[in-house]
Amino acid sequence: MHAAELKGLTKSYGGQHALDGITLKMEENRIYGLLGRNGAGKTTLMHVLTAQLFATSGEVKVFGSDPFENEEALRKICFIKESQKYPENFRVCDVLAVASSLYPRWSAETAEQLLKEFRLPQNKRVKKLSRGMLSAVGIIVGLASRAELTLFDEPYLGLDAVAREIFYRNLIQEYAELPRTIVLSSHLIDEVSGLLEHIYLIDRGRLILDEEAELLRSRAYSVAGPAAKVDAFLGGRSVLGKEQLGGFLRASVLGELGEGGMAAARTAGLEAAPLSLQQLVVQMTGNEAGYEEGSA
Amino acid sequence: MTFPVDDGRPIFQQVAERIEDDIVDGSLAEEAQAPSTTHFAQFYGINPATAAKGVNVLVDQGILYKKRGIGMFVAEGAREKLLARRRHQFYEQYVVPLLQEAEKLGISGEQLASLITEKGRG
Repeated sequence: MHAAELKGLTKSYGGQHALDGITLKMEENRIYGLLGRNGAGKTTLMHVLTAQLFATSGEVKVFGSDPFENEEALRKICFIKESQKYPENFRVCDVLAVASSLYPRWSAETAEQLLKEFRLPQNKRVKKLSRGMLSAVGIIVGLASRAELTLFDEPYLGLDAVAREIFYRNLIQEYAELPRTIVLSSHLIDEVSGLLEHIYLIDRGRLILDEEAELLRSRAYSVAGPAAKVDAFLGGRSVLGKEQLGGFLRASVLGELGEGGMAAARTAGLEAAPLSLQQLVVQMTGNEAGYEEGSA
Repeated sequence: MTFPVDDGRPIFQQVAERIEDDIVDGSLAEEAQAPSTTHFAQFYGINPATAAKGVNVLVDQGILYKKRGIGMFVAEGAREKLLARRRHQFYEQYVVPLLQEAEKLGISGEQLASLITEKGRG
């Protein structure tokens, strides 16, 4: 059984496709990265996956069944939104009390530990919390829920570097103790790239990349040097993008460089280096025309 | 974050090398317990499955061994085994690029040799 399965999922608003024919399968107990620019459709996808939005067409399954008005399925899902709202008069401890009643696998111990680490006052009213503190509440709910499918949508708005480290460390700890399927949507790709096992990249509502993170690490590279030499090297290769500074050219190339390619570049007097996940995402989603498989 | 390094090599391989480094420089002694994969994952901010894969590479090579229910330990003779392998790799990894760069800069073999012996004298 898959933790989540989408088949030809489309969500339209007045003829505009927010999601356009997305098909993917998430296995149980893995950590997925959902990446893409603002407005790409990540949040919409997570809303449809958690039955908070109807799909226009296509199929959604969570742990084998349609999650819509399906209490059993919904208790296995915890979705932490980027700008999660809580009732006006709730204190932090009220939020946690409600969450603990919603999630059967709730860990009070985890919640308490995180409250301490984030230095979050339990009795403070949620509306009085700073943006970062509010994000911390979401993170606590997400991790302590121990939900079989936990989704974090940009969970760290306003969180400083220390607090983000607390999040990553506890995410790993929790995941190691009790494996679950985690979907992490983030713009801070370099920070999370080591955590992610599988990457989905969305651009303008379409899934343009569905790949194991480990394979992506050797999937693209950059070459830099004198423009004429770089151009000669690029002949026949699949170029993602080029940047020029005077006579100096840097190009991003899709494909595996390998030891042979590395040696060839060096012999030609060029610098070659693999692209980081963040650079790859920038290259694949940064241009106006959009990424097309096989385009040069 | 300085680790994992984005040099295109799989993270699990880098994990294995980190542990090897610790064994080679003696900070992880033979018969000592290696850090758990969870600690490893937390320390470097990587997925526990990836950390476990790196550890398993060393188990397969007989560098680490598993004590059931306790954890991973450094095998006897692991350091010598790693040193032998690294000496073997030294020429390819260090000497070849050194010679290439020296040639590019017009440093002759004799000059290079004297640079090394001077450094050796302090």
